[in-house]
Amino acid sequence: MKIAFTAAGTNWDSMIDPRFGRTEYIVIHDENSEELIAIDNSAVKNEAHGAGTATSQRIFELKPDVLITGNGPGDTAAKALAHMKMKIFVGAQDMTLKQAYEKYKSGELKEV
Amino acid sequence: MKPSDWLMINQQPFKIAIASGKGGTGKTTLSVNLAAYIAEQEDVVLVDLDVEEPNSGLFFEGKLVHEEDNLKMIPQWDESLCTLCGLCPKVCNFHAIMQLGPTILVFPELCHSCYACAELCPVNALPMTPKVIGKLRDYQVDKLHFVESRLNIGEEQAVASIAKTKKYVAGKYAEVRIALFDSPPGTSCPVIEATKDADFVILITEPTPFGLHDLTLAVETMRKLEKPFGVVVNRDGIGNDEVLRYCKAENIPVLARIPNSRKIAELYSAGKLIYPEFPEIRESLGHILDYCLSTAERSPA
Repeated sequence: MKIAFTAAGTNWDSMIDPRFGRTEYIVIHDENSEELIAIDNSAVKNEAHGAGTATSQRIFELKPDVLITGNGPGDTAAKALAHMKMKIFVGAQDMTLKQAYEKYKSGELKEV
Repeated sequence: MKPSDWLMINQQPFKIAIASGKGGTGKTTLSVNLAAYIAEQEDVVLVDLDVEEPNSGLFFEGKLVHEEDNLKMIPQWDESLCTLCGLCPKVCNFHAIMQLGPTILVFPELCHSCYACAELCPVNALPMTPKVIGKLRDYQVDKLHFVESRLNIGEEQAVASIAKTKKYVAGKYAEVRIALFDSPPGTSCPVIEATKDADFVILITEPTPFGLHDLTLAVETMRKLEKPFGVVVNRDGIGNDEVLRYCKAENIPVLARIPNSRKIAELYSAGKLIYPEFPEIRESLGHILDYCLSTAERSPA
């Protein structure tokens, strides 16, 4: 399974970025290889509109099975994400990636 | 040039935009009262360009004389022609197009109708098609012509509706001497579109720190657009005198000061005009109008 996080940093101790479209980083954890890869999403800061679709496009290309985020995607991003098979879990704001991953594993995050 | 000659030379109304940085400072109050005041004497067009929340119409019970759809052009994906080359999401500056595997998704609410995708698509798989985004309505009460556009709920792009509404007014009311444009608040694209071809811009503010802060942004915007403008202070008496000091220091004419008054607020909230009840406001409207029109004499013809 490939797990994607919206993150304010690049490692397990980084905080979850509660925003979807405007997340600073997308961090991917591959459960098979146990690798952690961070993708810089900060260029989206310069976009007045369309951050949700821009980030959705990036996530689509990374093909994760699961997305863990905070507030949850906005309306437009939600429409885009509906076309993907990925499961989305929200409510991980104020957690580190590690904490969020553990909560996901124990079934304590809400699926949308 | 005399103001009365304006029409003959320009063959368009003298266009006064009523704008503000801060919202809720009295754009609509001033617009509807000034329009009604002018309409006592002559034909006038009042245009509500705050298409996201037009409210000038609440003050008039006019006869609907015309109604039409406002359209926006958006690309429509033709799956049978598409080769999935991946160009369209790349050329869209607004992230309104996504390519998800074998599917192209268009997000009409993000589209700015720039045509880049449609024009650059090598196989014409994204033809531009019209989408209804709102309605334009034209009402009449005696000499007052009131035009408003209203975006449908969920639509985000105000600029196209504003541009279209101005075009309608220019075509239909070319022979009216004065047109008033009630603009949206702020200083972003809709405000630029609403004010960019005005002959004079009235910036209405309130004498508070917020009012001053947003007024300075509006002033910078109007200077960039090279518009002649003046300030009307509304709710005069509250806050402090920083707005007046700022205007003086910046050599900005203060065209009128409308007092803070419970009676005015009550009339406004009941959808009534204020100047018939306040002779001093009637006088201020006359002064504002004279000043606006006098700038026509100074503008290059």
